[in-house]
Amino acid sequence: MTADTAKTAIAFFLAVIVQAAIVSSVAPGGGTADLVLVTLAAVALLRGAVFGSIAGFYAGFLLDTANLGTLGVSSLLLTLAGYWIGRYGETTGRDRAHAPLVSIAVVTVLYAFGAVALHAMLGEPVSVQAGLRALPAQILLNLLLTVPVYALMRRLFAPASRPLKEVEFS
Amino acid sequence: MLVVVSLAMLTVYFREADSGPMHGLQGNVASVLHPFQVGAERVARPFRDAYGWTAGLIHARSENEQLRKDMQIIRQQAIQNATAVQENEDLRKALKFVSGPSFPSDYDQVAASVSSHAPSEFEQSLVISAGGRDGVGFDDPVLSVDGYLVGQVTKVTEHSSEVTLLTDSTSSVTAVDVATNTVGVLEIGEGPDRPFELNRVPKEKVVREGDTIVTAGRRFGRLGSMFPRKIPIGSVKHVGQTDIENFQQVQVDPFVDFSSLDILIVLVPKARTPTP
Repeated sequence: MTADTAKTAIAFFLAVIVQAAIVSSVAPGGGTADLVLVTLAAVALLRGAVFGSIAGFYAGFLLDTANLGTLGVSSLLLTLAGYWIGRYGETTGRDRAHAPLVSIAVVTVLYAFGAVALHAMLGEPVSVQAGLRALPAQILLNLLLTVPVYALMRRLFAPASRPLKEVEFS
Repeated sequence: MLVVVSLAMLTVYFREADSGPMHGLQGNVASVLHPFQVGAERVARPFRDAYGWTAGLIHARSENEQLRKDMQIIRQQAIQNATAVQENEDLRKALKFVSGPSFPSDYDQVAASVSSHAPSEFEQSLVISAGGRDGVGFDDPVLSVDGYLVGQVTKVTEHSSEVTLLTDSTSSVTAVDVATNTVGVLEIGEGPDRPFELNRVPKEKVVREGDTIVTAGRRFGRLGSMFPRKIPIGSVKHVGQTDIENFQQVQVDPFVDFSSLDILIVLVPKARTPTP
């Protein structure tokens, strides 16, 4: 558990730095990939709802700090995203090969609408049109990122191999 | 539980002053993240330049032809302008004319790299690696390295600052058509391409396609922010009017490519007026 926590802390720290400094500045097709969301989806699928929501809160806090945004906005959205993906993994998705792709596609859309709603509630003018126009490209880029990021996270968060128990049949 | 904490954090941050504890916490954590962001940005820059260079090749030929045409026109204008500048200086001396702060003589220029780009399409802001310790202050104008208006500083920490771009819906600037002296308020429009619009231009005023738009350096009623005069913004792309509207519809093509900003210049007033 401690090792998982340390790995998560480092993974999201790096993800936020790379997202803020590099990924956000590249917008092929008008949309930008969301490395933090993709990393969160992978971690939540592998470790469950509680771990996912804690990781989401931490990642959101770092993201809002790096972007000097309103503290709490990304934390709230990513906490909910982490919880939802974690629950999906725990209940239906964990053993399915397409689970990471399905969850990232759905969460990208929900995250975008959640961000619009939250900014609107805070009285910050947001252009829904611009956001929606960028959404297809963002979904595609996130899906492309999902494959390598999920593979990397699977290696990082591989379940500890349990020693085989000897069972004696009488 | 974490949702409640997030909501509490959001509420406190939103309601407190810029000197509040949550803003302080954000500034401190941002100071820790800052060196890593700068490092990552430096590592990525050669790759981003290579991407930009390759992408630029696609339009290089047509752009080259257009630039040659523009250069001929600009060369002629430059000669006329040089004469006008000299005449202007002579007349100002003769009249003992006193003007407000002007760009660039009344401002120090602080160059800073972009350390963080807007996290999503919904937010049109970025973070630069210059903050209060470099003299950057709230509302300071921000230019591209070519000297075109980009936006203004909206948040300042010790080591970094948030720049809200002109492409943000909250941004507006009083601007003037250099050729006809027509004043309007430049804002981002709502369309599929989100063009810049020079609003509140009466129908009787003249604005022509291709005219250069610069900052007016004054307020337009209660709208717009105070930027120094004569900072170039863009050129008029389209002018139109309808019978039902009171004002003209003027679309402006910005000189700045807002998607590829790496280094920005903050204009720090030499004599900063203390905030009341």
